Amino acid sequence: MADGNVLTAPAPAPVAVAPARTGALRRLARRRSTLAFVMTVPLLTVIGGLVVWPFFYAIYLSMLNKRMTRFVGLDNFAFLLSRETFQLVIMQSVIFAVGAVVAKALIGFILAHVLHALPAKGQRKWRGMLLVPWVIPPAISTLAWWWLFDPSYSAINWLLMGIGAPPVAWLGEPGWARFAVILVNVWYGAPFFMIMYLAALKSVPDQLYEAAAIDGATGWQKLRYVTLPMMKNIIAITVLFSLIVTFANFDIVRILTNGGPQDRTHIFGTYAFQVGIQSGDIPLGAAVSLFMFPVLALLAVFVLRDVSRRSKEMAG
Amino acid sequence: MSVTAAAGAAAAPAAPLYRKVGSIRRERRWALIGAYVALAVFVVFFLTPPFHMLMTSLKSSAEIADLSNNPWIVRSPTLENYWALLNHGSYPRHFLNSVIVTLSTVAITMVISLLAAFALARMRFWGSATLATGVFLTYLVPETLLFIPLFQTIGSLGLYNNLWAMVLLYPTITVPFCTWIMIGYFSSIPKELDEAALIDGANHFQMLWKIFIPVALPGILAATIFAFTVSWAQFLYPMVFLVSSEQMVLTVGIVSDLIRGDTFQWGMIMAGAIMAALPPLLIYAFLMDYYIAGLTAGATKG
Repeated sequence: MADGNVLTAPAPAPVAVAPARTGALRRLARRRSTLAFVMTVPLLTVIGGLVVWPFFYAIYLSMLNKRMTRFVGLDNFAFLLSRETFQLVIMQSVIFAVGAVVAKALIGFILAHVLHALPAKGQRKWRGMLLVPWVIPPAISTLAWWWLFDPSYSAINWLLMGIGAPPVAWLGEPGWARFAVILVNVWYGAPFFMIMYLAALKSVPDQLYEAAAIDGATGWQKLRYVTLPMMKNIIAITVLFSLIVTFANFDIVRILTNGGPQDRTHIFGTYAFQVGIQSGDIPLGAAVSLFMFPVLALLAVFVLRDVSRRSKEMAG
Repeated sequence: MSVTAAAGAAAAPAAPLYRKVGSIRRERRWALIGAYVALAVFVVFFLTPPFHMLMTSLKSSAEIADLSNNPWIVRSPTLENYWALLNHGSYPRHFLNSVIVTLSTVAITMVISLLAAFALARMRFWGSATLATGVFLTYLVPETLLFIPLFQTIGSLGLYNNLWAMVLLYPTITVPFCTWIMIGYFSSIPKELDEAALIDGANHFQMLWKIFIPVALPGILAATIFAFTVSWAQFLYPMVFLVSSEQMVLTVGIVSDLIRGDTFQWGMIMAGAIMAALPPLLIYAFLMDYYIAGLTAGATKG
């Protein structure tokens, strides 16, 4: 009992018992922390060896020339910035991430509200159906979208033809291709927002709405002054988290357009793959993916801040 | 519905004075109708690709190529695509590879994260708080940031084009999040339980095995499903590291084997996709509630 407290809080009770066995206790404490450290060694190995170390190795690699024989400093980064293709990659990554996350958050929010309004017994069935896009691996479901967008057999174009609209070159024209990759990402990611918001909605106490109703609040006012403030933190966390994941996306763009037409849909991940692995310029590819780092780091700082604020709220 | 009815019954007699109350009832009914319309629209949008996938997988090549038909329905359903996939070519091999890699990753992930989460949640030591934060930060590092240096490292280890490289790499994606949710679950277990176990003379491993794991079983289930989902769906690492067909997993195997130049065997691609999507769909069908509870633990206020 005593050793349970000794390390966490200087509670007076154990001290009173302690004097006689101080030496033994201290040894126990030491052994306990050693054991704890040993138990985290596998975790530390994985994180250190396959996340932290590769990250610094990437920085080193990005400063070499193509054949990795000479140190060139920041030349790779400067070279990339001067290339028009890479400027397009930066722009498209931002459009892709921001566009998709805004749409996902909105759809998720609407769906969560709609589901929340349903009688409890129907909710599970609808929720199950709405989660399907998120359950299928994106590398698999994107194949279905690819087929739906096929230039000659597009089933979507068949429907468009049915209403008299001209067929669309979904993946052949830059504007439509950009729309298509965002659409698929929204399709895949919106259910995640939906379940997060639904869980948050369920945890808003009913009394708050009752109080608001007594004060004569309209539906809109309840949303604005009760729901949104209560969900503010979870909305921030999901949006920031999704920005990170979407910004660093790979599979959807790689399968659907492979960056085309004319490199117009490349984002950092797919461009790094093309430059680094397919064209064999490892240092330049490492530089491409490192360009993501400042944005990711900034977002991660905000996520961390919100998550720790949230855990403090929950503890208090 | 009963709520609406009750509100209506209460409101009806007082109609002239409190007309607003009556409008709440109507408002609610319209809100419910609106809710179902919105749901229907999104269910159609969300289920269209899987539906079309299923329809295509049941068509013969001739029917797919025939442009005069409605592409959304199948006229003469056939299982020949499934049959061909399962009996010729390397699809069964890819499926088996996916199973091997996923099961190994899940097992490794759970061992690493259970041990680490137990130590971080209960046995504080120097730097443990920083480490817990570090684990969370690692979860936010995407694999697109790391695949190029890892390409070099895996190459120099001689594991390029080797299935087992995936078992080495996947835990980097699964372990941080699983550890993170397990820390949350373990921290919520009352300290009195540990103390009772200590008094009974249990050591730390007995405490983990006999108390923490059984009590935190829902959390463990959620973490396991997460590890399974991520490993089954992983696409970037197989794309970078696996080049020969017998080493490939499903996510890359379907495309690489069924597309030869300009020939797309769409029927077989879609049949392969359906079968590849089935394991996660089945798991979610049965265990969805556990997973969602684990995932949204942070979203609900305790």
